[in-house]
Amino acid sequence: MYSQNKTLEKVKTFADAFFKILFILVIAFPFFWMISTAFQTLKETMRVPLTLWPEKLQWGNFAEVFKTIPVDTYLKNSLIVCTSVVLLQYLIIVPCAYSLAKYDYKAKPLVFGLVLLGQMIPMQLTFLPVYFMFNKAGLINSYASLILPFISNPFGIFMLRQYFMQVPSEIIEAARLDNASDLKIMFKIMMPMVKSALVTIGLLSFISNWNNYFWALIMTNNDLVRTLPIGITLLKDSETLARWNVIMAGNLLLVLPMLGLYIIASKKIRNAFVYSGIK
Amino acid sequence: MSSISLKNVKKAYGDDVVIENLNLEIKDGSFTVLVGPSGCGKSTTLRMITGLETITDGDILIDGKRVNDVAPGKRDISMVFQNYALYPTMTVKDNIEFGLINKKIPKEEREKRIREVCEIVGLTEYLDRMPANLSGGQRQRVALARAMVKEPKVFMMDEPLSNLDAKLRGAMRVELINMHKRMGTTFVYVTHDQVEAMSMADDIVLMDKGKIIQQSSPAELYHNPNCIYTAQFVGSPQTNIIDGHLPNEIKLGFRPEKVRMHEVENGINIPAKIATREMLGAEIIYSLETAYGTIMAKTDVDMPVDTELKFGVEYDNMYLFGADTYRIPFTAELKDIIAVVFGGNK
Repeated sequence: MYSQNKTLEKVKTFADAFFKILFILVIAFPFFWMISTAFQTLKETMRVPLTLWPEKLQWGNFAEVFKTIPVDTYLKNSLIVCTSVVLLQYLIIVPCAYSLAKYDYKAKPLVFGLVLLGQMIPMQLTFLPVYFMFNKAGLINSYASLILPFISNPFGIFMLRQYFMQVPSEIIEAARLDNASDLKIMFKIMMPMVKSALVTIGLLSFISNWNNYFWALIMTNNDLVRTLPIGITLLKDSETLARWNVIMAGNLLLVLPMLGLYIIASKKIRNAFVYSGIK
Repeated sequence: MSSISLKNVKKAYGDDVVIENLNLEIKDGSFTVLVGPSGCGKSTTLRMITGLETITDGDILIDGKRVNDVAPGKRDISMVFQNYALYPTMTVKDNIEFGLINKKIPKEEREKRIREVCEIVGLTEYLDRMPANLSGGQRQRVALARAMVKEPKVFMMDEPLSNLDAKLRGAMRVELINMHKRMGTTFVYVTHDQVEAMSMADDIVLMDKGKIIQQSSPAELYHNPNCIYTAQFVGSPQTNIIDGHLPNEIKLGFRPEKVRMHEVENGINIPAKIATREMLGAEIIYSLETAYGTIMAKTDVDMPVDTELKFGVEYDNMYLFGADTYRIPFTAELKDIIAVVFGGNK
């Protein structure tokens, strides 16, 4: 009986470990393959069975990326777009979330409903009317077309609202008795209290805009304002034969900054999802 | 220093009327305590005076000036909240200074005031700490300092001691009394704890269901309750009420500490048996089984459980309440009736 239990225990542990490793492999393998391919020669990328480890690291692939497409222009565009979105969205989402959390007004359920609706309707449904609107306004092929649609971030509003709601109303009342204006209460009292949420929302929206391929593809048609994800796909079209090693090197260039950001800020992000008991 | 008056004040949330018609005078420089069970409207009253809560009808005057439409920050009122409501992202010093900066007080004056206040409440060495790194008692002090430093006309406190342990609470009570003496400002204090109210107030406002039941000094409230509610709210165990034995639904009341464990000359004497005995140290609380129900007694006389005795209550220590539960005068005629009904000496 005892040994049977022990065997069952062992099988359980093994199964547990097996599925965990399998899960990690499924997630991590494509990523690993991308990195590996970025350092292979073109021949190595074609070989069967596939090459997991390049014989010699081909740093030249990266140089090839820079030779083929204007990486600096794309990078500049991506940075301008993402930074503007992050900074401008705070102007919209902070007052909106604060009012939804701490003020009472008649239209509040309607406003909140609209915010939720904005979160629920996928971009693929709304892009056409927005495209026509921007086209009429002459905004196609401009930074504005890539920035404006994203500065009202419904997820950000929703998340920040949850945070503001957790701040005890007495703190706001104390500030009112301390003769602080509404704006001062928002900037001096409330925003510092939800700093980790603000950082997280900023990071998440930076990353999602950095990776945004669809919208940039629709709204731009020349290199002046094209962003990096579009640029990287151009690597594929530039030759008759797909040079997978160069494409993957380009992809690695696209991913690395975000990976760095995530590693630096991962603690902040995790903290933001755990309410840091204010009392 | 300021007096406060509420005139015909009404407060309703939609159709739900919390306070119907409140008239209240708070004397200049007094330590006034609003006391009552939770939901009696005491906190709402306090918040209406501060302006954090709007009033539906009526007028609020501070120093004779109508302040209905004056913003909370401009009423010259400081408040200490139950959960302290410190700004968690600011240091102790910034917490205390915030209100002064908003009042545009020059830096030198600010520094001077903060120094003085921190000296008084004993916070000088904690000025650079964050509230999260302070104990409950220390946070309480920061909240007090933040309120004091503004040198307000009125000082409001909403159950400020309820988050402290019993020992610290006792010490803070004494400190608050001293603070009131030193500042000479009008204090308005809200609590549901009758001991806090009795020990600190020089004027108690007893409230129930949005109405003021009695407003008087602690001694007056104890010795001269105007209704059964007041008589039973103050004192522990609560005042004994014997109902259903006197004509016209008159009720007889007397405090447990006025029960004598022997027969008395100028009063009534009732046969009883000791049912329970609670030893408190200096005093013992008995519950006595009688023909009129259970009577509580508080005395220093030590007797075992199950003792049969006749206890006495003197006429001077009796309260009479009418059918509407309000006090009625103790007339010679009623005294005779009581003597007959309860078997006392005339």
